[in-house]
Order: sequence, then C-alpha cells, then structure tokens
Amino acid sequence: MHDSTRKTPAWKRHLLAVALGTGLGFAGAAGAADHPTEKVSTTGLAVNDDTVKVGILHSITGTMAISETGSVEAEKLAIEQINAMGGVLGRKIEVIQEDGASDWPTFAEKSRKLLTQDKVAAVFGCWTSASRKAVLPVFEKENGLLYYPTFYEGLEQSKNVIYTGQEATQQNLAGLDWIAKEKDAKTYYLVGSDYIWPRTSNKIARKHIENVLGGEVIGEEYYPLGNTNFGSLINKIRLKKPDVVYASIVGGSNVAWWKQLKAAGITPERQTIVTISVTEDEVLGIGGENIAGYYSSMKYFQSLENDNNQAFVKAFKARWGEDSVIGDVTQAAYLGPWLWKAAVEKAGSFDVDAVAAASADIELETAPEGYVKVHENHHLWSKLRMGQWKADGQAEVVYESELIEPNPFPEGYQ
Amino acid sequence: MGGYSGQELTAIFVMQGFSGLSLFCVFLLMALGLAIIFGQMGVINMAHGEFLTLGAYITWLISELASTSPWLQQVYFPFAIVAAFAGAFLLGYIVERVMISRLYHRPLDTLLATWGLGLILQQIYRSTFGPREVSVGMPDWLMGSWAVNDMIDIPLNGLFVMAVTLIMTVGVVSMMYRSRWGIKLRATTQNRLMANAAGINTKRVDRFTFALGCGIAGVAGAAFTTIASTGPTTGSLYIVDTFLVVVFGGAASLLGTVVSAFGIAQSQSILEFFLSGSMAKVITLLVVVGILMFRPQGLFASKVRR
Amino acid sequence: MQNWISAFGGRQRLLQLAALAVLLLVVLPLTLDIFRLNLIGKYLTYAFVAVGLVLCWGYGGVLSLGQGIFFGLGGYCMAMFLKLEASSPENTAIQSTPGIPDFMDWNQITELPALWMPFHSLTLTILLILTVPALFAFVIGVAMFKRRVGGVYFAIITQAIASIATILIIGQQGFTGGINGITDLRTLMGWDIRPDSAKYILYFLCCVLLILCLLIGQFVLSSRYGKLLIAMRDQEDRVRFSGYDVANIKIFVFALAGIFSAIGGAMFALQVGFMSPSFVGTVVSIEMVIFCAVGGRLSLIGAVYGALLVNLAKTLLSESFPQLWIIFMGALFIGVVLLFPRGLAGLYDDFVQPHIDRFLASRRKSAPVKREQPIEPVQRSKPQEVTS
Repeated sequence: MHDSTRKTPAWKRHLLAVALGTGLGFAGAAGAADHPTEKVSTTGLAVNDDTVKVGILHSITGTMAISETGSVEAEKLAIEQINAMGGVLGRKIEVIQEDGASDWPTFAEKSRKLLTQDKVAAVFGCWTSASRKAVLPVFEKENGLLYYPTFYEGLEQSKNVIYTGQEATQQNLAGLDWIAKEKDAKTYYLVGSDYIWPRTSNKIARKHIENVLGGEVIGEEYYPLGNTNFGSLINKIRLKKPDVVYASIVGGSNVAWWKQLKAAGITPERQTIVTISVTEDEVLGIGGENIAGYYSSMKYFQSLENDNNQAFVKAFKARWGEDSVIGDVTQAAYLGPWLWKAAVEKAGSFDVDAVAAASADIELETAPEGYVKVHENHHLWSKLRMGQWKADGQAEVVYESELIEPNPFPEGYQ
Repeated sequence: MGGYSGQELTAIFVMQGFSGLSLFCVFLLMALGLAIIFGQMGVINMAHGEFLTLGAYITWLISELASTSPWLQQVYFPFAIVAAFAGAFLLGYIVERVMISRLYHRPLDTLLATWGLGLILQQIYRSTFGPREVSVGMPDWLMGSWAVNDMIDIPLNGLFVMAVTLIMTVGVVSMMYRSRWGIKLRATTQNRLMANAAGINTKRVDRFTFALGCGIAGVAGAAFTTIASTGPTTGSLYIVDTFLVVVFGGAASLLGTVVSAFGIAQSQSILEFFLSGSMAKVITLLVVVGILMFRPQGLFASKVRR
Repeated sequence: MQNWISAFGGRQRLLQLAALAVLLLVVLPLTLDIFRLNLIGKYLTYAFVAVGLVLCWGYGGVLSLGQGIFFGLGGYCMAMFLKLEASSPENTAIQSTPGIPDFMDWNQITELPALWMPFHSLTLTILLILTVPALFAFVIGVAMFKRRVGGVYFAIITQAIASIATILIIGQQGFTGGINGITDLRTLMGWDIRPDSAKYILYFLCCVLLILCLLIGQFVLSSRYGKLLIAMRDQEDRVRFSGYDVANIKIFVFALAGIFSAIGGAMFALQVGFMSPSFVGTVVSIEMVIFCAVGGRLSLIGAVYGALLVNLAKTLLSESFPQLWIIFMGALFIGVVLLFPRGLAGLYDDFVQPHIDRFLASRRKSAPVKREQPIEPVQRSKPQEVTS
C-alpha cells in the first residue's frame, strides 16, 4: 500500500480499530443459538451456524481503483467492527472480495459469480453508474442484494439495491438554494465530464435554477473523461462572468481543472465555484492549496463535529493509517454493512426478500453523518452540507440542511 | 460576441491564444520523444505514456523530500526535471537492451511488446504509489498568474511548460542536426547497412536514441505535474493524441511534428471555445483522420528512402 | 470428396477443427456448470475477432488496432434491437415517454430517433450486423489501401478511429446510452434470453457460428485468393507488378475480418445481455490482438484457443490475485512476442504434431503423412516500409 507512515504493526492497528468500533455503542447481537440456520436462511445462501458470507465488489485495478479504494476500506472496517461485536444473528461475516477491474462487463461477471457460485447474502460494491447499470439485471435476476455507496443521478429504484449515497435531487437542490441566497446568484455556468451523472445532475440543476430560483444558465458544457486541458473553458468563464460555476468534473480531469483555474488567476473571491464531485479523496490529488475557498455540495465531510463521526474517523485512521482521508462515498460505503446488519436483525433472516422488505424505515442513529433512515424507495433520508475547502485538504461545513427525502424520480425535473 | 467591450475581446483573444499555445506545448513535449523513437527508428513505443508517468512520480518523490524545508521547496523543481530525465533515460536504456533490440525487424511486434510493458509499469506504479492520485507540491514561483493588465492573466505554469518545451525542442534539433550523434543517427535512419559499413556502431546509436526519447518523456512528465494530475494512468491519457500528432506531422520530420502539434492544439482550443469540449475533440480527431486519408504520409513527408 | 477437403484447408486442418468442435460442443457443456459455460461463450465471442485478425494480420500483414469498432458495431446493432423489444410501452410505463429506451427518456428525448427505426425488425437487424461493418471496413480500406497506407500507419490510424468512436458514443448518450451502454436486455422475439436454458441455446449457437467462420476462413486461405494474400504480405511490390490490385486484396480481407468481429459482437450482446463503449475502444482492440498472437497469428484454430486461454487465465487469476493479472497480461504480451512469435499453434506444430504424425504413420505405414506448415512471413532485415 501507499503510505509510509504506518509504524504500528498491522495486528495492533487492527485490534485498536476493533476496540474503537465496539466502543461506538451499537447494540450487541443475539447468539446464533437463538437463530437456527434452517430458519434464518431458506434460499440456499452461504450461511452456516458460525458464519455468513458477503461479497465486496469494487475495482482494485484499472482507472477506477483511485476512487474505489476508500469504499473497500470502509466496508472492511465496518465488517470487522460488526464481527468484533459478535457478528450478525450470532454469525461472523466472511468477506469474499472480487475485483471489478474498472470494466463494466467484469462487474457483471463477478457479481454473477458472487451470487450464483458463492451464494453471498449481500454484496457491498460498485462505484460508477455504468458498473451499477451493468450488475443491476444480474442482481434482479439472481435476487441478490447490493449496497451501492456513490452519490448518483437517480432515475432508478430496485428492490435489490439499497442506495446509501444521495440521489441527484438530494445533492443538488438544497445546495443551489443556499448558494443562490448566500451569493445572490443570478447567472450560472454548468460544466461537467461527459457521462450520465454530470448530465443528469446538470439537467436537474438547470430546471431548478430556471423554474424555482429564477436564475439563468448562461453556459452548459461537457468535456471527455480524462481531458486535461481546460484553458478554453476557463477563458469562456472569464468572458461570461457567471455568478456561480457549477462543476461536476471527475477523475484525472479534476486535478487539471483546479490547477489550471488557479494558474489562470481565478480566485474564490472573484469567482464562486460549487462542485458536486470533489470529496476529501479527490483533494488529495488536487492539493488543498489549489481548491481552498471553493465549495463542495455533499452529505458528509470528514471534519463533521459529532461523536459518531469522531469515533469513525479515529477507527478508520487506526485501521488504515493516519494519512487516510475519508470522503463522502467512503462514509456512505461504511453505512452499508451496518444497514444490512440492522435489516437482517429486524427481519430475523438472511433471506434477500426478507431483508429487502425489512430495510424500509431502518434507522441508524450511529451513522458518522448523523441520523439516517432508509426510505421505502431504498434510498436514504439524509442532510445536504456545503463544505468550503481549506488549504489543509479539509472542508469547513458552512451550511447544513434539514433531512431531505430521497426522490429518485423527481416530478418536473425529467 | 455582442455585449462585450473591445478590451474584453482583446484580452480573451490573447488568453485564448495562450491556452492554445500551452496545449501545443503539451502535445509537442509528449510528441518529441515519440517522434525521435518512432520517426527515426520506426519503433512504436506504446509504453511512452508510462515513461511520462515515471517522470511525474520521480518529481513527486523529490517534491516530498523537498517539502521538509521551505527553502528546498522553492528550488527543487529544476533538479526534479533532471532526475526525471535521468530515471526515464535509464529505464529506456534497459528496455531497449532487453526487449526492443530484438524486435527491430518486426515493428508491429514492438507495438504489442511495449503495450505489455506499459501494462506492467502501470500496475507497478499502482502497487508502489497507491491507486490514488498524488499532488506535487509546487514552489511559489510556479503558482498563480502574471497579470499583464486588469484583464489579462497569463498562467505561470503554462509559461513554465512553454520554456521547458522550447529548451527541449532546441536541444533535440541541435542534437539532431549539429552533433556527431545526430549525424550518426541520420545516417543510420537513411541506410543502416551503409552506416554500419562506414564504421558507425548502429546498435549503440539505437540504444541511445531510444533512451533519449524516453528521457524526454520523463521531462514531459515532470513538466505536466504543474498543470495536471499524477496517478498510475496519467500517461495513458495522452498516448493516442500523441501518436496522432506524430503521424499527422509525417513520421520522420521533426518540423512536421512541430507543425502538426501546433495545428491540432490550436484548432482544438479554438473549437473548444466556440463549441462544447467533447464535440471539439471529436471534430479535431475526425479532421485529422480525414486529412490522413488523403495524405497518409503526413504533412511533411520525408524524402528519405528506407 | 478430396476436392472438398482441400478446399477447406486439407485433412489435418479439418481434423483439428473437428477436435475443437467436439471440445466446444460436447466436452465443455458436459463438464462445466452454466455459469462457467456462459463465460466460455463470452470468450468465444472474442475468438471471432481473433479469427478475423489471423486472416488480416497473420496472413494479410494488415494489423488493425481498431477491431473493437466492428465488434462494437455488431454488438450495438444487436443490443439496439433487443433494447427496443425490452422497451415496450408496458415495460416503460413509468417514463414520461413510454415505449422508448429508458436512457432516451432520461435525456429528454421524446420520440425514437430515426437511427433506431430499422431495429424494430430482426431481419433488418441481422442484415445490418453483416453489412454495416463490411461497409465501414470498405470505406476505411479504400481510403487507406488505395493510397498505399499500410503497416504501422494503418495500425495507428485504426486505433485513432477506435478512440473517436468511443468519444462519439459516450458523447451522444441520448442516442447510444453513453458510457453506461445499452443495458438490461431481456428478450429476443419474445423469447427470454436470461434463463439457463436460453444460455445453453445461445452458447451452442455461438459455437456453431464460430465453426462456420473458421470454415469460411479456411476456405478463403485454401483458395487462390489465400495464396495471393500470402504473396502480397511477403512481397507486395511483386504482386503489384504481376498485375494484381493489392489494395483490393487487403480491402477484402479487412472487411471479412470486420464481419467476423461484428458477428462476435452480436453474440456478445445476446449472451452477456448488454453492450457498452468499453468494447469499442483502443484497449479492448489491442487485447483482441493479443488473443490472436497467443493462439498463433497464423492459425485460425489457434486463435480460438488463444482467446479461450487468455480469458480463462484472466478470470482465474483475477479471482485469486487481482493485482497480478495485469502484470501477467503484460508479461504475456512481451513473452509471446519475444519468445513464441508463432504462439500456441507454433508450440503445437513443433511438439505435439510430430507425435501425432508418428502415431498415424505407425498405424498406416503405406501413406506417409505430409505435414502442412503455415507459411512464415519473410523476415526482413530493414524496418518495414511505411509508404512507398
């Protein structure tokens, strides 16, 4: 792995993390004896008297490994903590990890393997929309259960998926409302990488700006994924002088975009920029000094000041090294195993149908982001926060909304 | 462009020209190494992007070392460039010796072998430095912009990349046309047998040429840390564009490479200004391929018999 | 009878083909469960491309790094047909415009684009799968080969075209599904393609089509045209001076390889249930070349084994050592090129075939078996000419 600062031996860190986890105050689990295997698993899942198997399916090789590493770490941490507390229905969780290799058909192939060969009870995984779209038919056909951590474009709802990140209306509307008021913004410039999530997010943003905020969108454009030259775009922004630039540029392009903005003499004082695609993970590559002063619209920041989050950050760093950072998606990935545990215990069964049915209205008081609750549509009620970046790579939360109801199929935004 | 003052338009014109120029420098810096290797030796180095990444990571390592003292932070960059060159040069030398030297008569096979090399290098970077992107700490004099007047801001990192490009280009041209090595190289390119007969150690020329091309890619990597990201797959972002630049210019002609890098960069940059980014890229690529269909030998065909 | 045998590559080749057919149609279905068999079926779709590359690269000397385009064209044609069927007004009732594919609805398209119209009909779709790639290959071929662009240049230009195609598909997401591709394909003429029974049928269909393609390939190579192809690869100018239009020979083989790839793509969409731009781009196109190189660039049947083995290794290695398979893949590229330029087929010819020959000869002393060696490319001491 990459950081050189890990001086504590792995087992020690492990123990520490686990100890911190048990200190979080989650309710202990009932013993396996109360839940005989033939009762909690009637569909041939990989459950026995001692263990239950789950899958983790992320890219650890290829271009998406950059983004998905944090999710894998968070999911493993949550599972270790759950195991240290006695597991789920008295059974330890065993992880089968597969590599999606940043390749959508591989995701589909591996998810089919996890479901039909390994018979896992749940899968925590996927990151990009494309990988989720590729595995969705597999999960629906084989009746699996997927916990999907990324904020995404919405327009989707499935019995077999629990979306632990925000859908587009949750992530966009409240933030736009705030920025419009705070900066008295009238004109907006929408930019993004060229794929479905930025385009859908911008579509929703545009409708909201035009119909609700009474503002004007004076530019909307997309650059190919991996583009590293934003000179022309920056010049256009200087010429048109929008009150707010609303950005959803992802991946390697992100770094180029922020560095070139700074180099072009654009400063947060002269130009307000709100992005919906930068978390603490991305800031590592961008460099805090290049993005300081601009805003991110997210549901979670590492700097959140509440007890849950402080315990989580401490456990995460103890497990994965002091240098680790935690972004929005990492936190959402961490929720997955806990939500699954809660649903299994509520249902008293590992069977996918029972767990999926029990998932609605599951509440998690102990989530690092604060309180979350699963909606009937399998998305989470969550808050929206505006973080203003600082040079040290952390964000200062300058605005926090009320709990927002997830609405993956928004009326009037289609 | 109604509603804007003349002064504004002039400012945009200047800055737009500048951003086209920086894109040109990015292309040229990347293509220079390739032009030498591909143009002169007929070897396709698909791992060229990974040599660039090596240069970027070397720069990052040195910037991490330098971050211990504020004074070092200000001065390390030139040294990092030299180290990036040396590292990529060395790796190139080894690769030529072990792999490329056996494949000179099979150009299509070098393409496959170097692609494999690229895969391996990428995974090594990923295992060594982690899959996440790293941020190279910049000295202050490379950050921000030079405000010519109220309206015009010229990015300093862009100026820096331009300076590096200029130095490298002049260096390569003078080496090719003003040095003994250049004479030997051109002799080898034109007629390997005769060059051998004239007492030129063509194998050594090959080795040095390949390593030099890789070294230049390393410098490009170091320079690009100022404007873009550094991660395991950084280099592969540039590789297809770069090959097009070299082919479009006419393989054996350095002048052709310069002209085609300029043409492609400016047209892409201008199109980006008037259209959306994705469309600009597609149109540029289509035009390039279209022209290549009518003039497959490139803009500046070499008259050399091979 | 003898005529027929030699028309399809001779007895030895036909026996090898029969062995392959037994392996694919009998041995594998009996030994593997449907999950693994479906994976094999997926790998076989890449074998179509590899077989095409043997013809056009191994025998024709034309290396295309853009075979993904043709694979993609075939795959997208098939996927568009299936998607239209899956987007019946009943299935898509929750959309603002029912009856069009879901991603169009997300992109505010309110009626089916004209581009999609032909894909209401299966006959037309199959026709397009076969003709569109051929036409496209013809256009590229005419532009390139008539101007005597070849070798390395051709490789790079086809690669550029592949990358343009990817950017176009991703950019026009209202029409193509963008980077997500076309997903959630369900039925073919009302027949559900997702259950295990359907997967078996599709697997056998895929095998039969592949064997047909192999037969066509062997027929072409055994014909007069095949001899010309080899002659052209090795001494282009002499063939030209003999009065042949070299460009036409190349265009034909390139188009044939394109059609094979497109069939593979269509079978891919059917078996895997989706299609995405990652099958059009440069990376996958180069991987296809390595399948062919591993199998042996001069052996049609070898290419099938190459595609199978590389992908099996990839799947198995990535299950147990995810970090390693990329390094393995890279090492495979280098190793095959440096050490085994003739690939698996070369190893087979050198080590296995002599034993078989001896065995056969001892059985039938009377008729000594004549070995059929593929004709190696002439090794040149100077770099290949790019243009003349």
